[in-house]
Amino acid sequence: MKSELIKKIEEADLPEKTKNDLKKYLGDQDISKSQFETILGRIKEEYANTRIEPCEAVGVIAAQSIGEPGTQMTMRTFHYAGVAEINVTLGLPRLIEIMDARKTPSTPTMTIYLAGDYATNRDMAREVSWQIEAAPLHEFGDITTDMLDMRVNVHLNRDVCKKRKITIDEIIDRSPQKIKDKNHYRDFEFEGDSENAIISFMPKDRESYQNLFSLAEHVRKVIVQGIDDIERVVVRKENGEYILYTEGSNLKGVFEVDGVDTSRTRTNNIAEISEVLGIEAGRNAIIDEALSTLREQGIAVDVRHIMLVADMMCIEGEVKQIGRHGIAGEKESVLSRASFEVTVNHLLDAAIANEVDILEGVTENVIVGQPIQLGTGDVKLIAKSRVN
Amino acid sequence: MTSPKRVGKIEFGLLSPKDIRRMSVRKIIWADTYDDDGFPYPQGLMDLHLGVIDPGLRCKTCGNKASECPGHFGHIELAKPVIHVGYTRLIRKLLRVSCRGCGHLLLSPDEVSKVLGPEDERNEDTISEKDIKKERVCPYCGEQQLKINFEKPTTFSEVMTDENGRKIEHKLTPADIRARLEKIPDEDLRLLGINPAVARPEWTLLTVLPVPPVTMRPSIILENGQRSEDDLTHKLVDIIRINQRFKENQDAGAPQLIIEDLWELLQYHVTTYMDNEVAGCPPARHRSGRPLKTISQRLKGKDGRFRGSLSGKRVNFSARTVISPDPNLSIAQVGIPLAIANEMSFPIRVTPFNIDEVRAMVLTGPNRPSLNSPCGANYAIRPDGRRVRLTEQTKENIAEMLEPGWTVDRQLRNNDVVLFNRQPSLHRMSIMAHRIVIMDGKTFRLNPAVCPPYNADFDGDEMNLHVPQTEEARAEAELLCSVTENIMSPRFGGPIIGGIHDHISGIFILTHTLRWFDKSGVLYLLKSSIPENLPEPGKIENGKEYWSNKQVFSMILPDGLNMFYRASSCKNCDKCEHENCERDAYVKIIDGNLICGTIDKKSIGAFDGTILQRIIRTHGLESGRQFVDDVTKLSISGIMYDGFSFGIDDEDLTKIEYGQIDDVLNSAEDDVERRIRIYEEGQLEPMPGRTLEETLEMQIMQVLGKARDRTGDIANRHLGLSNSAVVMAVSGARGSMLNLTQMAGCIGQQAVRGERITRGYEGRTLPHFKKNDRGAPAHGFVRNSYKSGLTPTEFFFHAIGGREGLVDTAVRTSQSGYLQRRMINALQDLKVGYDGTVRTSGGKIIQFKYGEDSTDPAKGCFGDPVDVKGIVESILKKEVA
Repeated sequence: MKSELIKKIEEADLPEKTKNDLKKYLGDQDISKSQFETILGRIKEEYANTRIEPCEAVGVIAAQSIGEPGTQMTMRTFHYAGVAEINVTLGLPRLIEIMDARKTPSTPTMTIYLAGDYATNRDMAREVSWQIEAAPLHEFGDITTDMLDMRVNVHLNRDVCKKRKITIDEIIDRSPQKIKDKNHYRDFEFEGDSENAIISFMPKDRESYQNLFSLAEHVRKVIVQGIDDIERVVVRKENGEYILYTEGSNLKGVFEVDGVDTSRTRTNNIAEISEVLGIEAGRNAIIDEALSTLREQGIAVDVRHIMLVADMMCIEGEVKQIGRHGIAGEKESVLSRASFEVTVNHLLDAAIANEVDILEGVTENVIVGQPIQLGTGDVKLIAKSRVN
Repeated sequence: MTSPKRVGKIEFGLLSPKDIRRMSVRKIIWADTYDDDGFPYPQGLMDLHLGVIDPGLRCKTCGNKASECPGHFGHIELAKPVIHVGYTRLIRKLLRVSCRGCGHLLLSPDEVSKVLGPEDERNEDTISEKDIKKERVCPYCGEQQLKINFEKPTTFSEVMTDENGRKIEHKLTPADIRARLEKIPDEDLRLLGINPAVARPEWTLLTVLPVPPVTMRPSIILENGQRSEDDLTHKLVDIIRINQRFKENQDAGAPQLIIEDLWELLQYHVTTYMDNEVAGCPPARHRSGRPLKTISQRLKGKDGRFRGSLSGKRVNFSARTVISPDPNLSIAQVGIPLAIANEMSFPIRVTPFNIDEVRAMVLTGPNRPSLNSPCGANYAIRPDGRRVRLTEQTKENIAEMLEPGWTVDRQLRNNDVVLFNRQPSLHRMSIMAHRIVIMDGKTFRLNPAVCPPYNADFDGDEMNLHVPQTEEARAEAELLCSVTENIMSPRFGGPIIGGIHDHISGIFILTHTLRWFDKSGVLYLLKSSIPENLPEPGKIENGKEYWSNKQVFSMILPDGLNMFYRASSCKNCDKCEHENCERDAYVKIIDGNLICGTIDKKSIGAFDGTILQRIIRTHGLESGRQFVDDVTKLSISGIMYDGFSFGIDDEDLTKIEYGQIDDVLNSAEDDVERRIRIYEEGQLEPMPGRTLEETLEMQIMQVLGKARDRTGDIANRHLGLSNSAVVMAVSGARGSMLNLTQMAGCIGQQAVRGERITRGYEGRTLPHFKKNDRGAPAHGFVRNSYKSGLTPTEFFFHAIGGREGLVDTAVRTSQSGYLQRRMINALQDLKVGYDGTVRTSGGKIIQFKYGEDSTDPAKGCFGDPVDVKGIVESILKKEVA
């Protein structure tokens, strides 16, 4: 395409996407100057025509646009596209979960991208996965319960440890500490023998076998390698690079692992994202998650609606729920809150605090029976009569 | 017609005992309501000063009749104060944060500054219970504080330690509490978020109880002439009785124990009078055993005052009946029965310019004789506001009296604007303005093409119709709500109105490949939208003129339309053959002429409607509406030209296919058996992260799913476009190839929660199978087709699978309904300002630019602000990549 045309496109007062589209479609076309002028003129005209009008009730439109297709969604939890091994909540329950701003989703998962050589080398990718996947002690050796001496013996398997890139000493150091810190179980003593790769645990109270067995259970399950919250990691090759899919999510922990591409790695836990990466990232996560949930169901919804909901949820600097404990419960207007949920309490509290409802919102005005201040109801101009 | 007066604001506060006495018109002392003559007792609960409900009587306070008297409050003087249940938490908080001796807040000014910041920098924050340490000493008077215990619903006690170090609970009476709350100084209350000017805390302990006007608790007269009192009246009777007895005992100097019992009883009655669903308090019941509906219950919930009576109101000028289809109507029209048109009306003012016309309406009266006769009128409203019903007897008289200044309620006539609605009203397209066509019959008629936005069908659905009552409302309905304005959905920026079902089959059959029609054929097809001139015939054979099917379709396309796209029937081949596509799926329209391609769901269907979308963008909404009208009618003519039907023998296959299907299914079942053997021998390799059983189940599901698909392929090889079901599936009109597979080939595996059916008896699903049989037939594989019929066990499994779908839908509707209600409530006040920002009603900015680019999704093109591809194509007249 001629550079002067490109320049003209660039100069036009149009959004980036439109300019790029235009350049793409005109790319290798042979067009006359007048044709170009017509096209650009039409585009500018159409752009001017698609501006939103003042007073438009965009909130209601957004809510309806997301809510209306809700009835068409499925309830089932589905397999993740491509990864048969990992279950992810989808459909309506997931959408509700997003709008509820739950602290943890019912099926937290992460998609971990790898950086540099880790992304292309299978063994190196596997190594990262071991750093991440929570591995209990029993995977590293045989655990026997010696009832005679009242002790739990762990015979570590050197081959496994070597394969998993963890030293015997590390395990000996880490496992008793983890049992104390994470499992909050302290009534035991231990001996580590790194020569023979044996750790022994003895309950403090050696009167009862029950203590021994519960100790054995703790020993079996103590996580000695990986990140606690991540129960399972699946390595898959997609588009020429290895990607880790996980069950369980811990963004902060994963970011600290070597070889993880922190810029592309993501989790479906919105609260975690907003905590680790900030509210803007949280807002984008809400948009992404909601959009992909809807798209997966084959439902077309304009991004703008979802963006509005996400902005509303994040406007206070933390992710707020859509509903009683979030946005709807913190509105200025008493009448609006009372007509949503927990009617009586809102009225009683309003009386004590001497609240004043200035009747600006929708419900308040419906309640007192006057036109709502949206759309044509918001226009206060009156035409001058031309008749004298 | 809006009143210039507006309610500016509503302030909330507590009623002080003084306020209650001041607004009271009568002190109520008698628990009885009516005497033997049916006359209210003076100073009884139905005292005539409180307002009147019986017609004929006059209110003793305002002198008005029942219809005009708003009602007036009375009051009851309580013998001793009682707690207002709604404020128990507040009382508890205040008792815990204030000194039991001097009433001061248990924080010194320094400590207050620590919590809330220095005095001049304080915001809305208030002191909470947590800011005060337990059992401390008052910083003002040095009094040792005691722990306050609260027991639901209304008992407060102080925990004291006696000389032996034992803890004893000392009960606080409401009078004690009131005395303590009275001592809290005003300044300290402000720090606690209480405005003492309107809400002194001691007012939450009632010493005088307001008695609501009788208009708020009317008694109803039953058929047998007995009076039945309202629940609130019943409760007030209880309160007065106990209060009376309490007073008597108190005056007689009864022992403390009896006084306490009565006090508690009074407290119970006042509690349940306020809220009959308090935790830890048995609800007061009616004689019949039904719990009483007291004040709190009246306000709460879906049918409560707020959601049921204030946010949602009942309306006049509405109609409801069953809907039925009429493809001959325009999408912007609605057919209404004469009976409804006669009943509903629109007010018109009589002026010198229309007096003759209106007089004719009045003379026609309330009974319009036939569909085509001019409309009549139902009421005339005199300049003084009196409403006169028009009858056959009065109409002549009134017509005489008619003069400018009167208003006449005119019946509906053709072309009036009405609002049409189907519940659930999930989006704004659930209420649209149509123009009416008065018709015979008793149902509302609508064009099937407007079904998608309403989500309506004709299996017995009913819809509502509302008549706007002012010219302003009519104009807004027409300009903002008309069907034409709502073709484009704001949800995804595409048309939500378009052809459905037979419209798509019809246009597919009509436009698929090349066909020729003679003049009579063309005129038959275009009978409802005959163009002024027929184009040049496409070919002349034996002296006869013929037009191609594409030419016929082009006649309803507006001029200057240029489009290039692939139809729904496109299989996304690796290399597109364009004009030479064997399925005729490449659509090319140049200058409003269909050059090649088949018109189907992608072109005209609801939710897709590419052509419709483009016409709206280039020619406007009105042309779009015209196109929908034309295309639906053309396709109906098209489908009638050939005829289109589907019967049971359309699912028939030949012996060869049945043999092949049997082979496929047998080998699949064998394969399943083989895999089960491998599993039982312990040779099965588990998939990563799965148990052996899960792996086996997944494999079986896969094998059986594949087998089902293969039977479908076999069936499809036999069934071509001559089969109606295939036409419907390919064109996108209805059904899918899967449905066809299930009808002709094999229904396949029935699943519950994505797994094979396993529940039932011990070790087996049904007694027809051996225990621990893991084979396909024992766990819900249906190898028959709907055509061949199901065996009893298969039928049972099919019902199990079907039940899941039903439960799912039932659960989903309630869940998504609540989600939508919450979202609407959270977002309803947002609007775009004149500066392009999105703000809440309080003026808080949510977005600086709506959607980051200020594009209206309803006006944009599937999310894009400008349809660049469409514009380039329409100017260059060729497809651009």
